[in-house]
Amino acid sequence: MARNGRSVSGFREAKGDLRLENVTKAFADFTAVDDLSLVVPRGSFFALLGPSGCGKTTTLRMVAGLDQPTAGRILVGETDLTGSRPYERPVNTVFQSYALFPHLTIRDNVAFGPKRRGEANAASLAEDALALVQMTHLGGRKPAQLSGGQQQRVAVARALVNRPEVLLLDEPLGALDLKLRRQMQVELKRIQTEVGLTFIHVTHDQEEAMTMADTVAVMNRGRIEQMGPPVQMYDLPKTAFVANFVGQSNLGQGHITGRDADFLIADVQGSTVRIPARRSSVESGAVTFGVRPEKVSVKRTRPEGTGNDVRGTVLDVSFIGVATQYLVRLPSGTVWSAYEQNLDLEPMDLRPGDEVWLTWNPGHAFGVGPDPDAVQAAEAAKVGAGE
Amino acid sequence: MSALAHMGGGGAPATAMPPKEPSGRSWLPYLLLLPGVLWLLVFFIYPLAQLFAVSLYSDYPDYPGYYYQDVNWHNYVRALTDFLPHFGRSMLYAGLATFFAFVLAYPLAYAMAFKAGKWRGIMMILVIAPFFTSFILRTIAWRQILADEGPVAWVLEHLHLLSFMPNGRITETWVAVVAGLTYNFLPFMVLPIYASLERADPRVIEAGGDLYANGFTTFRTVTLPMSMPGVIAGTLLTFIPAAGDYVNAELLGSDTGTKMVGNVIESQFFKVLGGYPIAAALSFSLMALILAMVFLYVRRYGTEELL
Repeated sequence: MARNGRSVSGFREAKGDLRLENVTKAFADFTAVDDLSLVVPRGSFFALLGPSGCGKTTTLRMVAGLDQPTAGRILVGETDLTGSRPYERPVNTVFQSYALFPHLTIRDNVAFGPKRRGEANAASLAEDALALVQMTHLGGRKPAQLSGGQQQRVAVARALVNRPEVLLLDEPLGALDLKLRRQMQVELKRIQTEVGLTFIHVTHDQEEAMTMADTVAVMNRGRIEQMGPPVQMYDLPKTAFVANFVGQSNLGQGHITGRDADFLIADVQGSTVRIPARRSSVESGAVTFGVRPEKVSVKRTRPEGTGNDVRGTVLDVSFIGVATQYLVRLPSGTVWSAYEQNLDLEPMDLRPGDEVWLTWNPGHAFGVGPDPDAVQAAEAAKVGAGE
Repeated sequence: MSALAHMGGGGAPATAMPPKEPSGRSWLPYLLLLPGVLWLLVFFIYPLAQLFAVSLYSDYPDYPGYYYQDVNWHNYVRALTDFLPHFGRSMLYAGLATFFAFVLAYPLAYAMAFKAGKWRGIMMILVIAPFFTSFILRTIAWRQILADEGPVAWVLEHLHLLSFMPNGRITETWVAVVAGLTYNFLPFMVLPIYASLERADPRVIEAGGDLYANGFTTFRTVTLPMSMPGVIAGTLLTFIPAAGDYVNAELLGSDTGTKMVGNVIESQFFKVLGGYPIAAALSFSLMALILAMVFLYVRRYGTEELL
């Protein structure tokens, strides 16, 4: 859709990838974003994932122009947007609390952007955008008369109607209940595919990031820990923080003792384990060993095999329906979790206190740099969930 | 509650019966209302009816100060013809004071809501602080400030502006009366505007910028409309008491040419023998005039949030 009519003063036409070059945002007492560089290809669905306070919202606000970076540059295509005002940027935001104009009708809310840009057919553009989010029938209402989910759709329409180069979504689904959130995730993905714009989605919900985005960047303490497609992020985390934040992980602190062909041999709290060399971020010295819970099997007797097993005591059994989660305390005191799909005709009937063996295919193991904090956090998350 | 439900569902089919009210304690709300209703009856409704009755009294031609009960509408004719200039001044001065109070209050309220940071509390105290001194005393203080030898006159004289003032002075002119009214009712303008701006979500204002509106356009199309409930409340709280005020005109105005309706009511009531019915008729006329203006104003600019 081409922009017809006159353009507002100062508005910068820019097309292409979004690029952040060494962007830093420092406040008086802390650095919210620390020397961040990334490229978001045009038309992709990009998720910035991280815990609260990790700098993801600050990054988003700098792209929108609502905050200015302390250092670094923000570009769309070859146009440098650093220092320009929000209304000069081909970027629109879907705010966390929707931020609809309370004194305007839904229709006028959506037509606000096109009108400011001097579009002659602002009203019909607004109707099209409302149709895209299936809200045409409520166009005459005021925001206060709409439910949270409906307001959310209007907020998306109000931003999309401008066909920005980059659409920013700041935890847009945070206020919705679980069912509605799932529905909106699918909807947003559909809209993004339909309009083909660059979407940047900020969230702390890893499941949301994984289901929607082409590329996920995990942020922690103002930096990007790891970036890649969701499958890769889950399968092969590069840091203990990511292993912990994207899905669950069983982690153990250890050190590498040798090498056997394609495998590194490591001693983890008294057990000898094998890590595929290409799946380890470190080659020698201290290592954090990890394996995903669903890759771990629970056996009553020690299985014949390569020795990728560890003995433990069942701490808790929770039946989830499609699977059963076991929390198992290892002799070192670490708690691991294991998911077993409920495929067997006769359930294992394990109870807390039973002795079991945990076993896994060494090809699924991964090694990341040592990070005692993350290991402890992983532990706390499991024990907290189990109790 | 049930009355509201019935109004809302007017003409609803009988199948949609409202849930049955729990009986027994249904008298409680009325009991709680009773003290307020009694208070209003004794101290508002009854005196108002009494005032209306007095406004229609006639006096004995030969005995000034003695009245008999009557329905004498001529009192209203006299009130509105003899004192038409005073009505005009009341509306004009109150209107000017409301305008100037708005011009002064909006930036102040805006700064308090969005820019003050840690100074917000101190600014709030400064706005409210004048209430700790008597209204009369503060107005008398303004006599000194606006006096011929006072600081304002001195500054204007040195800027060669004093000659633009009526009679070449400030005190005892309409300028002083409007200045006094503006000053005295400023907090009633600041506080409601501040409250409505403070309640506004700053993200909504940011959204204006995000949607291609520059600073001024965002103010005109987002911030100002969002604060309209406060603006309307503030203008009403300023205009209504200012239109009925007589202290400012008494203390800061001149003996002729700046008197307002309030001054006439006061003098008819206290100083003119036999002035009671006229004073009552003036009071009732002023009340009706203000009510009519407020009604039209709220209908024109009012929002559902206000009422």
